[in-house]
Amino acid sequence: MSANAPATAADARTMTGAEIVLRALKEQGVEVIFGYPGGAVLPLYDALFHQNAIRHVLVRHEQAAVHAAEGYARSTGKVGVVLVTSGPGATNAVTGLTDALMDSIPVVCLTGQVPTHLIGNDAFQEADTTGITRPATKHNYLVKDIRKLAATVHEAFYVAKSGRPGPVVIDLPKDILIGTGPYTDPPAEPHRSYRPQTEPDAEAIRRAVALLKRAERPVLYAGGGVINSGPEASRLLTEFVRMTGMPCTTTLMALGAFPASDPQFLGMLGMHGLYEANLAMHGCDVMLNVGARFDDRVTGSLAHFSPGSKKIHADIDPSSINKNVKVDVSIVGDAGRVLAALIEAWKADPTPQDKSALTRWWRQIDEWRAKDCLRYRQEGRIIKPQHAVKRLYEITKELGRETFITTEVGQHQMWAAQFFGFEKPNRWMTSGGLGTMGYGLPAAIGAQIAHPDALVIDIAGEASILMNIQEMGTLAQYRLPVKVFILNNEYMGMVRQWQELLHGGRYSESYSAALPDFIKLAESFHAVGLRAETPDDLDRVIREMLAVDGPVIADICVDKEENCFPMIPSGAPHNQMILGPGQEGGAKGVTDEGKVLV
Amino acid sequence: MPDTADTAPRAATIAVLVENEAGILARVVGLFSGRGYNIESLTVAPVDEAKRISRITIVTSGTEMVIEQIKAQLDRLVPVHKVADLTLEGPHVAREMALIKVVGRGENRLEALRLADAFRASVVDATIESFVFELTGSGDKLDAFIALMRPLGLAEVSRTGVVAIARGPASIHS
Repeated sequence: MSANAPATAADARTMTGAEIVLRALKEQGVEVIFGYPGGAVLPLYDALFHQNAIRHVLVRHEQAAVHAAEGYARSTGKVGVVLVTSGPGATNAVTGLTDALMDSIPVVCLTGQVPTHLIGNDAFQEADTTGITRPATKHNYLVKDIRKLAATVHEAFYVAKSGRPGPVVIDLPKDILIGTGPYTDPPAEPHRSYRPQTEPDAEAIRRAVALLKRAERPVLYAGGGVINSGPEASRLLTEFVRMTGMPCTTTLMALGAFPASDPQFLGMLGMHGLYEANLAMHGCDVMLNVGARFDDRVTGSLAHFSPGSKKIHADIDPSSINKNVKVDVSIVGDAGRVLAALIEAWKADPTPQDKSALTRWWRQIDEWRAKDCLRYRQEGRIIKPQHAVKRLYEITKELGRETFITTEVGQHQMWAAQFFGFEKPNRWMTSGGLGTMGYGLPAAIGAQIAHPDALVIDIAGEASILMNIQEMGTLAQYRLPVKVFILNNEYMGMVRQWQELLHGGRYSESYSAALPDFIKLAESFHAVGLRAETPDDLDRVIREMLAVDGPVIADICVDKEENCFPMIPSGAPHNQMILGPGQEGGAKGVTDEGKVLV
Repeated sequence: MPDTADTAPRAATIAVLVENEAGILARVVGLFSGRGYNIESLTVAPVDEAKRISRITIVTSGTEMVIEQIKAQLDRLVPVHKVADLTLEGPHVAREMALIKVVGRGENRLEALRLADAFRASVVDATIESFVFELTGSGDKLDAFIALMRPLGLAEVSRTGVVAIARGPASIHS
């Protein structure tokens, strides 16, 4: 045999580009793809037709495909996979990709592209996908050589899930999908340039523990990095918090990383976080941030953020450290590895803790807790939105089923974060960084596909839900028993709240006029529609909704002008929260400086 | 109170070794424009025999916190091998080249030639009414020479931007 003739084994590994892609996906453990076909990806859809290993879920809009993949990824810890066509397929996916980038969700998105010889010619359904998605992805690829196709798919998975996870786009020209080439296995050697540090520096860990041991008023502030690290990191977080006796608060993204029912849990912090969580952040002397990024929703005014504390920041992404807040000890590493190292170092450090100081700190925290900052009054004939979420939580808890919650964006999202307790990680999916209305329904599809027997609820607002309402069709097609729980106040509630607080109550364009009848809408999509109009209806509707073995829209008519409190006004420090009506607070309202902030 | 002010800006010359692949320059430039960082000069060319690795030299400025951010942001780009802050890491040599066209006759022309000689610029093209000078040196030196040429018939300037390398035996690869 001459050196040029392909060996028989290699022959078996020569296949079309479309087959190479599917083989590589299978090799990467992919079981499901969320997608929408079109001209440029027809070869891939044809290859999908010929196999059974990978399931394809047909969404109704490419944005929803990405959110569904995010819901899948966030509820399983696996990489979510998306397949869309060129041009509008790719541009529609951009919002979802940006959402995944902001929230560090591992997604691989395959986009079709016009054939290589037409690229740059303004061909039909052509878009500069790698150009458009460059700032919307962690990394992206345009495959122009079929010999690199398999390696590119393998690399995309590595990049999506390692270090700080994120979305990766692979742009696939149609001629590459049709042409034939060799399949190659995932490489055995490490990536040539991208090798993020996961193991923390021992000296940094030692310095962190030295600070924490001597702390009189410590607080642990955990972020999405703990969830992304896997369930073991949440277990280690709980172990560390309990062994140190310190209070723990989490970001919106990290709800569930620490059990909500634990007495050491202060609740979520930030703009609509709990009074005790924000005041503990403001008043602490040592702050340990694990896997959070000092986001502006969390810090409020940077100049006044936690003024008296030494700050320790552990993050897998070095660019998150010292970005917004200058810290005293920086630890680069995976949250789980960091927590394991902290536990070891805590045990090894003989310095005794100042237990009496810690007791005084908890006494102070209990005073803040006594404010009962989430208090609301459910009276009269109108359902309070907080009460609706609280009852939903209590009734699902009673049922004891494995429950996954997604949300849209706005007031209902904050009420869900405040009133729904999460004991375990990966049960809560929400659009934190980008704040994408329309996230919740498709994300619920992804979670339900991954957990067919679980209870999946999208806590929604009537405005947000309309942004991806077409996905009711996907629920129907796959008989996904997702429950859409709409807190219907006939307003874009958070916009209305800001207009009330910042713009003199001029409700410019924030009224949800001409709403559909959600019951009829549900029925037209082969789902069950329910409505609760008074507090007396509420429990019955929730129970009915949960009893239906299929998709449901529950239209919960709530108080139209209820505001979400507590609230740190834009540009204000943590100790100037606005509390709800009837509770005194330290708020001075919104300053002119704060008005320019979002 | 945490040091969030961090106001004194400094200049930084940053060397970045990257995979020589499509879109890498767009990625780097997009990072700077997307995050509002300043680029004073940027040069790029392959530097290894196989032309797989390119070296980008960026001159930028910002507060210490911003410079640290720029380096961390560059370093987390997937095709980036190495980021070095030459300004911070010690003495380095920074050079720029310019091609400068001067058009004129008579005394101005002679004066331009005399000054070029004093600056050790070389003549790389000449006609009876023009010169193209090639000048290498620090940015300041180039600025000074160009300013002198202005009254003598300066017609056009092309500059490469800064390339830089650390002094001494240590290599960016080590």
